[in-house]
Amino acid sequence: MSDLIQTLRSRFPEAILDSHSHAGDDTVVIRPEALRAVAAFLHDDPEVGFEILMDVTAVDYYRRKPRFEVVYHFLCHRRNQRLRIKVPVAGKDPRVATLQDLWISANWMEREVWDMFGIRFDHHPDLRRILMYEEFEGHALRKDYRVDKRQPLVGPVN
Amino acid sequence: MMTTAAQPLTTKSMMLNLGPSHPSMHGVVRFILELDGETIVKADTEIGYLHRAFEKMSEQGNYLQVIPYTDRLNYVSPPINNQGYCIAVEKLMGIAVPERGEYIRVICSEIARVVDHLTCVGAGAMELGAFTAFLYMMEAREDLYDCLEAVTGARLTVSFGRIGGVKADLPDNFTALVKKAFAKTREVLVECDKLLTRNRIFVDRMRGVGYLSKERTLAYAIQGPFARANGVDWDLRRDQPYSIYDQLEFEVPVGEGCDTYDRYHVRMREMEQSMRMVEQCLFKIPKGPIAVDEHGRELSGADMVDQAKIGHTLHFQTAHAVVDPTLDGTRRGQVERVTNPDKHVLLPSKEETYGNIEGLMNHFKLVMTGHGLHPPAGEAYGVAEGANGELGFYVVSDGTDRPYRVRCHSPCFMILAVMAEILVGHMIADITPIFGMVNMIAGELDR
Repeated sequence: MSDLIQTLRSRFPEAILDSHSHAGDDTVVIRPEALRAVAAFLHDDPEVGFEILMDVTAVDYYRRKPRFEVVYHFLCHRRNQRLRIKVPVAGKDPRVATLQDLWISANWMEREVWDMFGIRFDHHPDLRRILMYEEFEGHALRKDYRVDKRQPLVGPVN
Repeated sequence: MMTTAAQPLTTKSMMLNLGPSHPSMHGVVRFILELDGETIVKADTEIGYLHRAFEKMSEQGNYLQVIPYTDRLNYVSPPINNQGYCIAVEKLMGIAVPERGEYIRVICSEIARVVDHLTCVGAGAMELGAFTAFLYMMEAREDLYDCLEAVTGARLTVSFGRIGGVKADLPDNFTALVKKAFAKTREVLVECDKLLTRNRIFVDRMRGVGYLSKERTLAYAIQGPFARANGVDWDLRRDQPYSIYDQLEFEVPVGEGCDTYDRYHVRMREMEQSMRMVEQCLFKIPKGPIAVDEHGRELSGADMVDQAKIGHTLHFQTAHAVVDPTLDGTRRGQVERVTNPDKHVLLPSKEETYGNIEGLMNHFKLVMTGHGLHPPAGEAYGVAEGANGELGFYVVSDGTDRPYRVRCHSPCFMILAVMAEILVGHMIADITPIFGMVNMIAGELDR
């Protein structure tokens, strides 16, 4: 177990569900309720802080419960270190807290996750679709969205 | 005149759509601008016009079938995308690439990076009216594309990466070809440097325009030349060296101005570094073993078939058929020199596939539905330094032959996210230089 995971485990013993370092990627799975607390710690702590939130995405584990997993990739230039945080999210009315007030880079990436998976980010100031158009129905990267489904956009609504 | 000095002048802001179909919008992106006169008060960026569902489509086929899709992400420098995706899958499977394969990857990637920067700088200069620089740079780009074509067989959508290595070895005359192309490119760079770097018009439109502080750059997770121009001293090739970058000597140009001019300047300097790397690679590239038949010679395809008919197939596993000339494209073969020889990974060369039953079976086992690569269930995030910054692939495997999820973290996406913030306070005419040095590639942005 790497030092980083050790630190997080001792700091948030309740929040961490699982951790591993497969393929050299330090990964921590945390409870959705604890996301804000862990994120604030990662943002502010001078020792283990990460100045960059590199990537936000999600995976739809269609047959699993909870169905979704939101995946965050962090990078610290100073320590030359990466960290992956995964948050399981329920399939029904999926919601998770936004991190865009801590790392502004999350703004667009959370919009993309909303667009593609339909996961809402609470308190996100501007949760609009980003790659698809507003009239698009459904969320394309969900496993139950058929790949050959067509939704031609005929024209503007008004 | 009815107006008196006491009456204040009433103004109201105006909405303006710039794009999606506008010559200076590099493909398709739309800025919704709120203007006070010519000054931008508020901006909103709308993307997605080139969305082709890369991530959804990647889940439909097997692991090898994703490679052609990656070509179409950053379509100016596809070898880097191939490499990025392959790194992620290799990390997931825990397989190594032979050294010669790594060298060839780096050679192709660095040539592609020069191509990418030439396109960005050339097009950016053209939009400011410096058409000459654009034409010169495109001419140099053609020579570099010739080099890529000689290795990969294609100029744009190369599909050259393979999981575990690259498709084929370098052609015989490659060093000479690169030398010629680099001589030309250097000549062009000197010429364009004279034309642009101290050109009064060019500098006036670039210097101090599009300021973005180092802190904001990091907050927006921007990497690559754009970030380096903003004072972020970070390059994955140096700081988290993958492939064989740790064996190469190069500098990482960093700017201080945090403006559009420095973004231009960093790119100009990076091109020279990339060319240096390729030259070192060509000098250092190791020679792998060449497989031969039991008499120490290559086996012709016809001989192989004849021998197979009388049942002499024992030594075929170590021999290589040379099928000529219809399959000449991959004749340089000796794929083991450049690709991981593990039969579970290596897509055999076409000569093997058509030349002997083992090759055919091997090919079958890799491409048929339900067969193919089976990475262990798990996840991996592979990164490469793309021409615009960190190109990340997050690959999730459920243990079957299809990727469960392929996420592409595109560097452009992050830069476009900050555009609304950069543009505010500038004039409409400033959009062109600012956006020119973003090097937005719609394929990578919208995926």
